[in-house]
Order: sequence, then structure tokens, then C-alpha cells
Amino acid sequence: MDWSVVLPYILSGISVGGQYALIAIGYTMVYGILRLINFAHGDVFMVAGLMMIYFSASMPMYYSIPLMIIFTVLLGYAIERAAYKPLRTAPRMSIMISAIGVSYLLENLALYVTGGLNQNYPGIPWISDSITIGGAVTKRVTIITPILTIVLVVALILLLKHTKFGMAMRAVSRDFDTAQLMGIDIDRVISVTFIIGSFLAAIGSLLYFTNYTGVVPTSGAMPGLKAFVAAVFGGIGSIPGAVVGAFIIGICENLIKGLDSVLMVNGITSQQFGFATFSDAFTFVLLIVILILKPTGLFGEKQTDKV
Amino acid sequence: MKRNLKKYLSLGLAAVMAASLITGCGVATANGDTSATAATSSASTAASSDATATSTAASGDAAAATSTAATSGDTVKIGVYEPASGDNGAGGKQEMLGMQYANSKTPTVDIGGKTYNVELVFADNQSSTDKAVSAASTLVSSGVSVVLGSYGSGVSIAAQETFANAGIPAIGVTCTNPQVTEGNTNYFRICFLDPFQGTILANFAVDNFKAKTAYCLAKLGDDYSVGLCNYFQKAFEALGGTVVFETFPEGNSDFTSYITNAKNANADVIFSPVSTEAAALIIEQASSQGVTVPLMAGDTWDSNVITEAATGKNIDIYVTTFYQEGGNKDFDEGLKAYIDGDATALQNNGGNDMIAAVSAMGYDAYYVALEALKNAGSTDPKAVNDALWKTTYDGVSGHIEFDQTNGDAVRDTAYVKKANTETGTWDFVAEQKAK
Amino acid sequence: MVAKVSNKQGASPKSFQNKLERHDRKTQIVADLIVIVICLAVLFLLDSVLDSSSMIFVVLKKTAVYAVVAVSMNLLNGFTGLFSLGQAGFMLIGAYTYGILMIPSGDRASVYQYFDGGIVKFSLQEVFAGIFGGNAGVGIFFGVLIALILAGVFAALFAFLIGLPVLRLKGDYLAIATLGFAEIIRALFQWNTIGGLTNGSNMLRKFPSFDSIVAGWAAGSPFVAAHIPFFSTLLPMIIAAICISLIVMLIHSSYGRSFKAIRDDEVAAEAMGINLAKHKMLAFCTSSFFAGIGGAMLAMFQTTIQANAFKSSMTYEILLIVVIGGIGSVTGSILGAFLFVAASEWWLRFLDTEMVFADAGTKTGFVIFAVAIVALLAALVIVKNRGKEKKDFRRIAIIAAAVAFIVIAALINYLVSPSMNVPLLRSGFRLVVFSLIIMIIVLFYRRGIMGSRELNWDSVTAFFMKRRNADKEGGEKA
Repeated sequence: MDWSVVLPYILSGISVGGQYALIAIGYTMVYGILRLINFAHGDVFMVAGLMMIYFSASMPMYYSIPLMIIFTVLLGYAIERAAYKPLRTAPRMSIMISAIGVSYLLENLALYVTGGLNQNYPGIPWISDSITIGGAVTKRVTIITPILTIVLVVALILLLKHTKFGMAMRAVSRDFDTAQLMGIDIDRVISVTFIIGSFLAAIGSLLYFTNYTGVVPTSGAMPGLKAFVAAVFGGIGSIPGAVVGAFIIGICENLIKGLDSVLMVNGITSQQFGFATFSDAFTFVLLIVILILKPTGLFGEKQTDKV
Repeated sequence: MKRNLKKYLSLGLAAVMAASLITGCGVATANGDTSATAATSSASTAASSDATATSTAASGDAAAATSTAATSGDTVKIGVYEPASGDNGAGGKQEMLGMQYANSKTPTVDIGGKTYNVELVFADNQSSTDKAVSAASTLVSSGVSVVLGSYGSGVSIAAQETFANAGIPAIGVTCTNPQVTEGNTNYFRICFLDPFQGTILANFAVDNFKAKTAYCLAKLGDDYSVGLCNYFQKAFEALGGTVVFETFPEGNSDFTSYITNAKNANADVIFSPVSTEAAALIIEQASSQGVTVPLMAGDTWDSNVITEAATGKNIDIYVTTFYQEGGNKDFDEGLKAYIDGDATALQNNGGNDMIAAVSAMGYDAYYVALEALKNAGSTDPKAVNDALWKTTYDGVSGHIEFDQTNGDAVRDTAYVKKANTETGTWDFVAEQKAK
Repeated sequence: MVAKVSNKQGASPKSFQNKLERHDRKTQIVADLIVIVICLAVLFLLDSVLDSSSMIFVVLKKTAVYAVVAVSMNLLNGFTGLFSLGQAGFMLIGAYTYGILMIPSGDRASVYQYFDGGIVKFSLQEVFAGIFGGNAGVGIFFGVLIALILAGVFAALFAFLIGLPVLRLKGDYLAIATLGFAEIIRALFQWNTIGGLTNGSNMLRKFPSFDSIVAGWAAGSPFVAAHIPFFSTLLPMIIAAICISLIVMLIHSSYGRSFKAIRDDEVAAEAMGINLAKHKMLAFCTSSFFAGIGGAMLAMFQTTIQANAFKSSMTYEILLIVVIGGIGSVTGSILGAFLFVAASEWWLRFLDTEMVFADAGTKTGFVIFAVAIVALLAALVIVKNRGKEKKDFRRIAIIAAAVAFIVIAALINYLVSPSMNVPLLRSGFRLVVFSLIIMIIVLFYRRGIMGSRELNWDSVTAFFMKRRNADKEGGEKA
């Protein structure tokens, strides 16, 4: 069995997994605090990509990148204020519908503005160059992504564990109502959560679209969904869990895509089975298996059910 | 006092909206012509219940507006059934561009001694087969005499029965899947078919690259790319080669694993006739992965999206298509002038004035429709349908006449083009005839 | 409530009304029949008056289809409280079952082009026609009936298999798990290896659709041929009516009460002796059964089916319909389905067309109206919030004024520009407006249009009695 055949797929998997991880953190943080699946997160990610395209068309790179990050953060904040805050007391389904509605609106706005045409993402110098690793050719951003992800995650965990505000965030995600009674400013905590999530989505979109340079209005839907699956897989509410889940999902997805090829190269099978058809579906198979075996995810905490 | 103020303001708002409605309707009837699919009473009533401000104003007064190229007098309506959004939106827009240009050049037609204004009625099928029926029904209920479209064989097949039940003929412009015209008498087509295209591509691959193994990558769920890959596979295997056929799911952005698969299979050529947004990603990733074998595709890759994605990269791309820029100088210059003169047209064409083959075909389709109307001598859809069988026309893409079994155009030539990665244009390679 | 006891026997309007108010079952049924006859008459009238290609018929057909699926989803989400996002998957199973079984054997070769005519070589309507001695009409009738039922059965079967592991999960986990299964089912049906059965990535077509069935009747009966739109709209409505009645009967039965108990408090329901697993599975399978039938109806409406179209976005559309109509209200789902389909497919279509102003006068008129509306809206927002705290009020006022200012500036800029195109109107605008409308409904009408109320004789009579009593009291006071 020639294992070096598997290396390019694992590399691809690590690369895409890192990008899913950045989006997954945004999902898991919001869910931990608000118990809301923020369907719009993937589309904020896509809008960040579009913003970068429009900004870099008229401004040099060192203006467009910070500007893009600022506007993405503003977008996330505005969505929270306009669409989620008024529904905080409404039944759970309403706020989820609101998230779906915002996602729908963002996609249609992007469709309207871009005309549905594929937009090419600008090449960011240095990180989009090609390099060779162990015989496999890939882009430099493939290596940068996991490193950057880990750095950001460590920074985030430090923030959560060692600052007063981080403690407030942990308190709110543990018990929403009691935290309010303890004098924590819920609005601020939620806003900061969305700001951090959007910031990570902006960085994530930078890395993702440098790697996969086409942006269409539906670019954010699948990565968003897979990132959410990764967050659930790793244990919703747990940031290290989301990152581990994202990497596992990224690697498995690419291994499935290459399964037929790997089996045939090693002479194990002689015909194609079309396993690549299930590369997306396999992500969900993984999820369902984990949910059945360990319902709270890999690193999730057991929620006690109060009667 | 506060409540009264609120009440008055709300009443004022309602009054303004109502007033705009009345004036809107009034102006519309004064002009004697109502805009394309709008200005039915239902549209206005819906507008009044619309909550958003600007759109209400727009819709109320939209009734006052008239559609382009329509003045008073008799009108004949031609339906444009194209995607303007979704995966095939880019191609659909470029196809429409050809029709709009033709309409601006020839806005009238003489039918049975009377001069009619030609009005294009547009319906967006969103590249999706479940929206196809409603989009087709919109055209049917607008009273069109003939339909042009669609870009994308799937939506064409999906709408065929709706058009047939209403007795309206449809002229497929670039939908190449044989099932579009098979088994019905109301769908015609002016382009070549996939079995033909697949054979041409397979022959080209074997003749020019001595290809023994081909890697075919189609989009899952897309009958055009899967169909064309099937025909390519048949032809290629008939020539003694082997084909590795894989599909990727919709929304997929990471093609690096598929490219690795192609390398593992020792493919001599990669064939991937998918829509442009996936194609741009494939090209980009193939080049950064250091792919040395040529990429081949069908008519969907004939677009400036592809040349833009390929510029500056070290990759060979060959496509088969319907038309080569330079084939008809007057048409080329005229279309370029039209595109450059209109900001929306420029945006729809991807930001530059490179002529897509689908625009040339859209242009020809419009004139074929006019010919059919003239031959029919009336705007009755049934008459047009009967007249289409015998209609012939010499367009920029060649001579068009329909075979008497299915209504397919008798075509025997495809143009092979190569993407010039330095200038960002297409280089003409060969004119392939059916063997 | 005091019902006037009337001494008159037999059918008089007053005694009829009294009987209705007293929830007399027989009178309610008679009233139902009267309403049905009125609806049929209205439909017949529409057919006679309007052109046969009018959009209303297409909208009504699609409404019937979506209404069935929306009510089935409401059964699961609204009445049992199980948040499931897998409807698209079950619709897919139902649609494909119908398609696979109903393609005439003569057409199979051309539909299953790449798979040598496919595995299934018969079609239900031919089987039944054969049983009844070559009568094609009877064949179609039984064929469609059995195919619809089988569509539901297969969907329910898959639901049973999926439900076994998944129904244990709570809340959002259930949602994501069902969403995942829907995606897995979709990938499965597109798998090339089983293409002999499902035709892989290619469409299934040539099976009987609403239009083709009615065309078949029309060939034999001139009355039908003269009223094709009436009959082809009637057919899906009859099927939808039967399905929805069945669901409503289930909701009003003891099972329905168990579902509502589970929705309100699972632990308490279990303590009351309700078998959670059994009832959840029942709700899940029933909902999937009708979702399967809805999928088959969608196939009959669209005339072609492709697995790719049954994405999660279709589930989101159904969810939006359910929420807009009101979670827990069957009437709301039906109404929501109609509004959703009409708005997205018909009423807003004109927003996609580029239009030009006839002359400068209309253009100026349009700009003036737009400015007036924007200014009025801003003023309304400011006045509405006058009662709030100073700080909040100032912030709202500044935002409203700023937005109004920017819009008015843009409008004036447009006025002086030479462009005669109506601004904003371009392909894609329809969907933007539609999404905005949905957001407004979700934010300001949280309970949906109907909330959890239903439109039935009880609520109608209660409404009129309330009015009558209020008038009486008002009259007494005066």
C-alpha cells in the first residue's frame, strides 16, 4: 500500500479544514451563547469575499484588507442588531427563521449586485504563490491557514480564560438568565461575540478565496454548512472542538474524493465506484454517527436536563 | 395628539401610494402600450400591498413606464427564456445580449403585409429545473408567439411540455443535449448536438495529443455536463482509449483532489465541460497544481470568464464552439459597439467586449424567429410552429436549416479554439467537420 | 353565549345560523359543502373569464402542492415540536417513486438514455390498464392513485429508518441530523452506479402530469376540453384537500393531542404515560408520508424531476411558508403557501424587467413620489418612537434621518442624470424585494399571519357573535 499517494489528499484536507475551522468558531461561539444556528454566517463570509473584490479593484491591497475586515465586522454587528436582537424573547423557531431570512437576503443581494457572474478574487502577494511539499504542489496559503488558525484559536482561548470579559462570555453561555441577574451586560457580550465571529469570518474568507478564487453568491452556503457540522461534531460551544472537527471533516472529505483513485492506484480495485459523489454527504454521515454515539459531540459537555 | 399625528402620517403615506398607483395606471393606458410582463391589474394591486417604500413607488410608476423598443402600433412578442441567475446565469446573459443587440438593430418585422414592433419578453428560469415551469408559464401568459432559449439543456427540457401545451414553439439556441428536441414537435434548435460535439472533442484529443487516457469531470446533477461526458466517453472508448469519469457535487470549490485523481490516472487530457464558475476554479487550481496536460471542454467554456481565469497561467485550454470572433466583421464590430455603449450590457458580458459564441447564436436565433414569423404570415404560435420546419436562414454562425425529424439544425462544423494565456483572448485552432 | 332557540323547524337561515353556533356537526358539514360548491363555482368562473394561460392557474396548482408539504411540516414542527429540516429529502423520495413507476415503457429508452432503458421496464398505468382489459382511462386513474400512495409509503419507510437513530436527539441536533440525511438521500439518488433505477444526474420525464392527465380526459369529452384549466387546477386541489383533511383528522384525534402534549412539555407528557418514542415516530412517519405525496404532486406539476433541485433551500422555503402562516395553524400554512407562491412567481415578476420611462414628466413624477414616501416613512418612524427615552430616541431619529437623506440624495442625483431607465429594476431585484418582505414579516409578525388560530366554523361563528354582542352592548350603552 503506497501511502505517499494519500499525502496530496491529506494536504488538501488540512488546507480546507483550516478554513472551515475559522468559520466554525464563529458558529460555535454564537450557538454557545444564543443557542442560535447563525445560518447567515456563511453568507457574511461570502459578502466579505465580494467586498474584497470590489475594494481591491479600486484601492491598493494594504487599504482593502483592513477595510474589508472593518466592513465585515460592521455587517455582523448590524445583522445581530437588526435581525436577532428584536427576537430574543420570541420562540426559538422565529429566530432561526430570521437567520435563514437574513441568509436568503444576503444571497439575493449579492446576486443582484454581481449579476450572478463569477467574480475573480484578487491574488494576494506571497500567500498565493505555489510551493512544493513532498512532491505535492500546492499554494503557500495551504500551509499558512492551519498555522494562522491555531494562532487565532490560542489567542481566543486566552481571551476567554484569562480576561474578565471572557469570563462574562463563558458565564452567558453557561446560563443566559442568571448571568443577566449577576449584572453582566448581555447586549455587549452578544455584540462582541458577533464581532469576533465576523472578524474570524473575514480572515477566513481571505484565506479561503485566495485558495479557491471564484466568488459567486452561493459560495458561502456549503462551507458554512460544513463548518456548522464541524462545530457540532466537535461539541457545540467548545472552540477547540470546532477546530478539531473542522480538520477531521476537511481531511475525510478529500480522502473520499480520492478514494477511488487511491484504491485503483494501489491495485486494490479495478473499477470505479463513484465514491466521490458522496464527498459532501459523507460529512453528514460522520456527523450522524457522532451524534448517535456521543450526542454532545467530541468535546461537548453533557447538558443536564432540568425537569 | 401623538396618536393623531401617527394616524395622519400613515394616512398620508397610504394616500401617496394610492395616488402613485392611479397616476401610474393612467399614464400606462394613455401610452397605449403596457410594459413587458407588468401593468396587469394584479401587479398594481400587489404593489399597493407592498410594504417597502421605494419598490412600491417603483412598481406603482413602473406601470407608467414602457419597455424598450416598443412604440404605439401592432406588436409581436418574442419570449426570451434564459437564466439570469444561478450557475448558468453568466452564459444566459451573454446569450440574451445577442438577442437584445439583434432587437436593437431590427426592431420591426413585416408579417402578412403589416409592420409589427418586436418586443422581447424576458423570464428568468434561475438555471433551476423546478423554477422552469413557472418561468415558462409567465411567458405563455404574456402571449408570446415564439420563445428563444434556453442556455442550459436541463431547463429547456423541463419547460418543453409547458410550451407544448400552450402550442408555442421554442427555438433552442445553445442547448446541445439531444433530449431537448426528441419526441416533440414544438422545440427546435439551431446549434449542434452533444453526440456530435463529444465525437469532435474525442477525435481532436486523439489526433492532436495522442491521448490514451482521458479524465472526465462533470458536475453531479447537471445533465448537460454529465451527458456530454457520456458522449465523449463513448467516442473516446470507440477510438481505443480509456476514460476515468468522476463527478463533483454542486457548490464544491476544492478541485485539488480531483486534479490529483487525474494525475494518478495518468490522464493525457482532462475533459470538464462544466459551467463557468466551476471552470474558473478548475483552471486556477490545475495551474497552481502544476498540471501539464491540456484541458478540454465544450461550448460552455467559450466565455471571457475562462480567458480571464487563464491569463498569466501556464495551462492549455481547448474548447469547441459555435462561432469564432472574426468570422463576420460587421457583426463583430456592431456587437462590440453595442456592448461598449451600454453599461449594463458591458457588465453582463463580464466587463469587456469579447464576443461570446452564445451571443452570436442568440443573434442568429432572433433572426430565425423573424424569418419564421414572416413565413407564417401571422403571429399565431401554431402557424409559426408549422412555418419553422421549413424556415432557413444564413446567419453569422453559418447556414441554418432544420431536419424534419426532430427540428435540430443540420450542422456539421464546430470550431476549436485555444485560450491565449498572454493576451486573454481566443486563438482559432481548427474547423472540425463531422467525419 | 345564549343561543336563540327557534321554534321554526326545517331550514331557515336563522335556525341554520343557530345550529352552527351550537357546533351542530350536521350543520357544519352542510356549511362545508356549501363553501366547497362556492369555491368550485369561483374556479369555474375564473376559467371562463380568464385566458387559459393566465398565471393564476399555475399559482393555484403550485399552491396546492406546497400546501400539502407545508401542512405536513407543520404537523411535525408546529404540532409535535420536532424541529426537522429533512422535508426536501422525503419529497425527493416521493417524486422519484412516482416518476420511476409511471414512465410509460415506450418512453423508457429515451429517458434512461445512458442506462440502456433502465432497470424498471413496466409502468403502473399500463399494468392497471392491462388488468381492466385495455381501458387506458381506468389504468391512469388507478396508476396515479397507487403511485401516489406508494410515493408516500416509500418516504415513510425511509423516515422510519432514519427516525430510529435520529429521533432521540433534541432540538437543533435533530434539525441538523435530518438536514444531513436529506443531503445524503440527494447524493444517493444522483449516484451513477444506481443510475439504472434513478437515471443518475439526468432528469426523469414523460410521466403523467396534471396537464397530460386532463388532456387525456379532454380527448374523450368535449366539456372537459372546453375547460382544461378548470380541471387541471381541480385535480391537484382535490388531492391536496384529501391529504390535508387526513392530517387535520389526525390532529383532532387522541394522537394529535399526544403530539401537542409532547410539544408543550416532553417530560410531563412522558410522566402522563405517553410513549414518547412511538408518538414521535408516528408524527415523523406521517409527516414524511405526506411530504412524499407532496413530492409526487410536485413531479406531476413540474413534468420533470431532477434530484439536484431538492436542495436544502427547498426545505427552507417550506419552513418560511410554515412560519409566515403561523406555526401550529393549518389554515395559516395553506394561506402562507398561496402568498409565498403568488408573490415569488407571479406578483413580483415585473420587478425583473428593465423598463424605461416614457418621458421626463413621468420620471419627475416618479422621483417626487419616491421622495414623498421616504420622507413620510422617516417621519412615521420618528413620531412612533417619540415616547422612548431621550438617548434611544435621538439615536433612532439620527439613523432614520440619515437613511432618508441618503436615499433622497440618490433620488435627486438620479433625477438630474440623463438615464431614462427605472432605477433598480433589473433581473434579481424581484428576489431582493421578496427577501425583504420575508424579513419584515418575520420581524414584525412573529406569530405569523394566523398565529395558532384556525379558520373553521367555530372561529367564524365566534367572530360574528362577538361582533353582534359588541353591537348589542354598544347599543345598550347608547
